[in-house]
Amino acid sequence: MGLSLKARADSLASPAEQLRILSTPNGFPSFEERMRAASLFPLAATGVTVFQINVGKLCNQTCAHCHVDAGPDRKEIMTRETAELCIRALAATDIPTVDITGGAPELNPNFRWLVEQARALGRHVMDRSNLTVLLLPAQEDLAEFLARHKVEIIASLPYYRAAQTDAQRGVGVFDKSIEALRKLNALGYGQDGSGLQLNLIYNPVGAFLPPKQEAIEAQFKKELARQHGIAFNRLYTITNMPISRFLEFLLATRNYEGYMERLANAFNPVAAAGVMCRYTLSVGWDGTLYDCDFNQMLDLPTGFGAPRHIRDFEAGALHRRRIVTGNHCYGCAAGAGSSCGGNTA
Amino acid sequence: MDGYYHSADLPRFADIGKGNKELWEKFSAYYAAVFAEGALTEREKALVALGVAHAVQCPYCIDAYTQACLEKGSNIEEMTEAVHVACAIRGGASLVHGLQMRNVAEKLSM
Repeated sequence: MGLSLKARADSLASPAEQLRILSTPNGFPSFEERMRAASLFPLAATGVTVFQINVGKLCNQTCAHCHVDAGPDRKEIMTRETAELCIRALAATDIPTVDITGGAPELNPNFRWLVEQARALGRHVMDRSNLTVLLLPAQEDLAEFLARHKVEIIASLPYYRAAQTDAQRGVGVFDKSIEALRKLNALGYGQDGSGLQLNLIYNPVGAFLPPKQEAIEAQFKKELARQHGIAFNRLYTITNMPISRFLEFLLATRNYEGYMERLANAFNPVAAAGVMCRYTLSVGWDGTLYDCDFNQMLDLPTGFGAPRHIRDFEAGALHRRRIVTGNHCYGCAAGAGSSCGGNTA
Repeated sequence: MDGYYHSADLPRFADIGKGNKELWEKFSAYYAAVFAEGALTEREKALVALGVAHAVQCPYCIDAYTQACLEKGSNIEEMTEAVHVACAIRGGASLVHGLQMRNVAEKLSM
């Protein structure tokens, strides 16, 4: 298994270095210029309906495209104290959805406590799972725990074949993912009428944009059912963001300029108007607040006077906040758009 | 001119409209209609286009439809089979002309 950029002491482990590359003019207008031309600048939040908690960078995989630079060698995880601040903030609002991500969020010792507390508050809880974590000996009862608490599972599976999935996520990951999906199906996940939502995430295995969501969902449903007898509810497409390890891939394969041009040429004002940062608040492992998980990885916290730490959480000051943007935002505004909940246009 | 094919020309395809805007617009509208979802899916049409691109050996089309196939969710195995279909038809088209050869040879021979 590979090492994170940080463990390799790669210059791209630095958000400042990534931002320097992303802000270097490349022959196309900046994201800000495109947003101005579309009368969408400055971008402002429309409210907060998704409270996304990134509980840390620890993961049992080292995927080639990971925007978090997560991996087994990353030890930055949310403490119980910060998790409690999250629950306190949540309790003071009526934000309906709690979206827990990582890393592999389940590896944080406070993950189950967070789920229980958020569910006790009556909130819908989503777990962004890499699937293979469900097979770890120490997580033997994880799938049952998620089912018992009616947690929606958002599972990464970039393709319905092993070669593509393993190329992105590591050798053997596809077979383990299939085994984990079977386990979830057996518990009722992805089955009609069970109330247990199992949704998949598709993201391209390379420097290209995702297909139309409905088309690739139909393809996945047909192939996973035919080849493996697996069922799921929805498939969401996510565009690879040109940051962290995917940026490393783009630069190493000389695809960076072409990919950025592809994103910029595919800029879609409708997708840009529907970006997830407008209705999401992202909390980092150390409690810092961000407009989205990508800004979090670029060390771009909430700005323009909005609270910057969960201990200072104030719903009124965050609901209409101005969003911090940069050229990486082209990733969410290209084509049919991209968000943690799939396309936006 | 240092060569005939330049990848930078592909995004300039629409420049051909500078010589005749009306014909370019008609072609563009027809092209878009052809590749829209119909009895065949967009993914299937991109695979057909990839095969044809190899049959007519157009580097611009190969570049464009390799990317299009990936962006429609096809994989390298499917795309390779599409290229083999083009290859088989091209090869078959040559080979079937062997019957012309045989006809002529049989007519001329004792």
